Amino acid sequence: MYRYDEFDHTVVAERVLQFRGQVARRLSGDLTEDEFKPLRLMNGLYLQLHAYMLRVAIPYGMLSSRQMRKLAFVARRYDKGYGHFTTRQNIQYNWPRLDEAADILDELATVEMHAIQTSGNTIRNVTADPFAGVAADEIEDPRIYAEIIRQWSTLHPEFSFLPRKFKIAVTGAPHDRAAIKTHDIGIALKRGPDGETGFEVFVGGGQGRTPVVAKSIRGFLPKRDLLSYLEAILRVYNQLGRRDNIYKARIKILVNEIGVEKFTALVEEEWRHLRDGALALPDDEIARIKAYFASPAYLDIPGDVPEFDSKLLTDPAFGNWVGSNVTEHKVPGYAIVTVSLKPEGGIPGDATAEQMEAIADLADAFSFGELRVTKDQNLVLADIRKSDLFALWQGLRAHGLETPNAGLLTDIIACPGLDYCSLANARSIPIAQRIGTRFGDLDRLRDIGDITLNISGCINACAHHHVGNIGILGVDKKGTEFYQVTLGGSADENTTIGDIVGPAFGEDDIVDAIETIVDTYLGLRTDGETFIDTYRRVGLAPFKETLYAAR
Amino acid sequence: MTSHAVTANRLTDGQVVYLTPARTWSEKLHASQLAEAGDDANALLQSAQASVEARLVVEPYLIPVDTDATDGQTPRAVGRRETIRAAGPSVRLDLGHQAAQE
Repeated sequence: MYRYDEFDHTVVAERVLQFRGQVARRLSGDLTEDEFKPLRLMNGLYLQLHAYMLRVAIPYGMLSSRQMRKLAFVARRYDKGYGHFTTRQNIQYNWPRLDEAADILDELATVEMHAIQTSGNTIRNVTADPFAGVAADEIEDPRIYAEIIRQWSTLHPEFSFLPRKFKIAVTGAPHDRAAIKTHDIGIALKRGPDGETGFEVFVGGGQGRTPVVAKSIRGFLPKRDLLSYLEAILRVYNQLGRRDNIYKARIKILVNEIGVEKFTALVEEEWRHLRDGALALPDDEIARIKAYFASPAYLDIPGDVPEFDSKLLTDPAFGNWVGSNVTEHKVPGYAIVTVSLKPEGGIPGDATAEQMEAIADLADAFSFGELRVTKDQNLVLADIRKSDLFALWQGLRAHGLETPNAGLLTDIIACPGLDYCSLANARSIPIAQRIGTRFGDLDRLRDIGDITLNISGCINACAHHHVGNIGILGVDKKGTEFYQVTLGGSADENTTIGDIVGPAFGEDDIVDAIETIVDTYLGLRTDGETFIDTYRRVGLAPFKETLYAAR
Repeated sequence: MTSHAVTANRLTDGQVVYLTPARTWSEKLHASQLAEAGDDANALLQSAQASVEARLVVEPYLIPVDTDATDGQTPRAVGRRETIRAAGPSVRLDLGHQAAQE
C-alpha cells in the first residue's frame, strides 16, 4: 500500500502543530467558538450530542495492521474503547476531548494517518472498491488512481472552500462495489477503443434530500488526463455552484439546473486550457504510484484445496460463513474475506479496541498485514490462502467477528442516528438491532438471500437509505420517531433510487413492516431471483398492498 | 406554563451540561435551574452568556423540561433528543451520563 513520502509527512506534521495552536488559542480565549468551529471541522472534529466526534480519514479504506493497532490504541487511550467504521470507509471516535484532540492527531501521524478534509466544503476522503487489486473481475487496480486523486486533492488551494462538500469514488471493476454513481464524481476504469485503460467519468450523483444518480459526461478519458479533467470539473463547479442555499449547493443541483449537455460543454471548454499543462499525468508517475500497490508475494498454489473442502463439509458453521463472507480471489488458492461488523443485536460498524487489535493480528498472520474498510461498514482481509480460512475463522470467532451475514439482510448499514448525531431526527441503531434480532435465524436469512438494508436517521442519508434495496429513513413528527420506507434502491452499476412505499411507520411497527416486505418478496420471487430482481419485475404495488391493505 | 432549563456542551470535553441555580454547570439535569417560559427563561439563558465568555461551555440553549410523574418535582427532559442528551446513547447504557448515575 502507499507509504508517505517526505512531503506527506511534513504536511501532516505541520497541520497537527497548527491545530494544536488553534486549540490552545480557543482554550485561552483568543478564538471564539465561531472563529474556532471552521478550524476544528477542517481537522475532522465535530461537536455532537454527547461529546466531540473525531472523524479520521482512511484513504480508499486501506489500512495496515500497524495503523489498525494505532486506531485501537486511540480508542482505548483517548476514547471509550471502541470506534465506528463509516459508510465512507473512515472511522469515527465518539468521545474525544478537545484538549486531547491534537495529541490524538500526533499519534495518528506516527502511522501516516490524519483527519484532514474529513469535514468542510472540500474534496473529502476518496473512496474505492474494497476488493481493489484482488477482485477477479477487475480491469485495473483503482487504488492507484484514488491515491493520485488523494495527492492532488489534499490541501488543494483552489478547492478548499467549495460551495459544498465533494465526494469522489473510483471502481476498477465493471461490478461497482464503490457506489460511484452516488458520488459527486464517479470514476470507472474501462478499456478504450484500442484496448488501453482509461476512465468513464460520471458527475452529479448524490444522496441527501435530493437523491440523484450520476450521469456519464465522458465515455472514455485517457489516464494522462485524469487530473486535468477533474480539475476542470471542480473549476466549473467552484465557479457556478450555488453558495446562497446549502440545500442547493451540491454539484448535482448545478448539473440538473443547467443540464448535463451544458455542464459537459463547460467542463470540456475548461479542460481545453488545462489538459496539456502541469496536471498531465506522465506514465512514469503513474508507474511510481502503481508500484505501491503491487501484488503481494502470492504463492503459486493449486486452486483446489482439499483440506478446505473437507472442513466445509464437516463444519457447517464454517461452511455458512464461507458461503456468505468469502469471495473469489483473482489468484488461485486465495480468497477474499469480509469480516462482518454486524453481530446479531450489535451496533453496525462498531468495533472494540480488542477487536481491532485481534483483526490486525489476523491480518499479519494471514493477509500480508493489510486490511480494508468497506462502505458497508465491514472490514476486508483481501489475501487469505484458502488453506488458512479455517484458522482465520477460528481466530475471528474468538473475538465475535465471525457473523456469517455479509450481503444478507442483517448486514445492515446504519448511521449513528439520534443516539449520537446532532443532525439526526430519529434513532437508527435500535431499529437495526431489532431487525437483526428478528431475522437472526440463519436458515431464514440465507433463504432470503442477497439484499441490502440501509437505515438513516435523517435526510442527510449517511447510511445511503435511498440506494438500499430496502431503505429506512427516520423522521421526527412532533417529538415522536417515525420511519419512512423506500424499496428498490441499489448502489451498484445499475444504481437506482428507491421508491417511497407510503406513509411512515411508527417505531413499534417498523420491524413488522420490514418482515411484511420480506415475506411479500418470498411469495413473489421466481427461481434464482434476488430481492432487487423481484422488485424490478413486480414493482411497488404488491408491497404497498401487503403493507397497507390491513390498515 | 412550561419550565425550561439551560443546556450546553462543555468546551474542554463536549459533555452535556446544565446551568444550576449557583450559575455553575452540572452533568445532571435534575440539578438545573428551572425558569418559566418567557422572560424568566430568556433571562436564565442570558445569564449563561458569562460562561460562554469564560470558555466553560459552548452554544447554550433553552430546553423545555417536565417533572417526573412519580414525585412531581424532578426535572425530566422532553422529547427524544434531549432525553438522549441527558442520559447518553440509548444503545449503550454503559456510556454517557446514565453510566455515572447508575
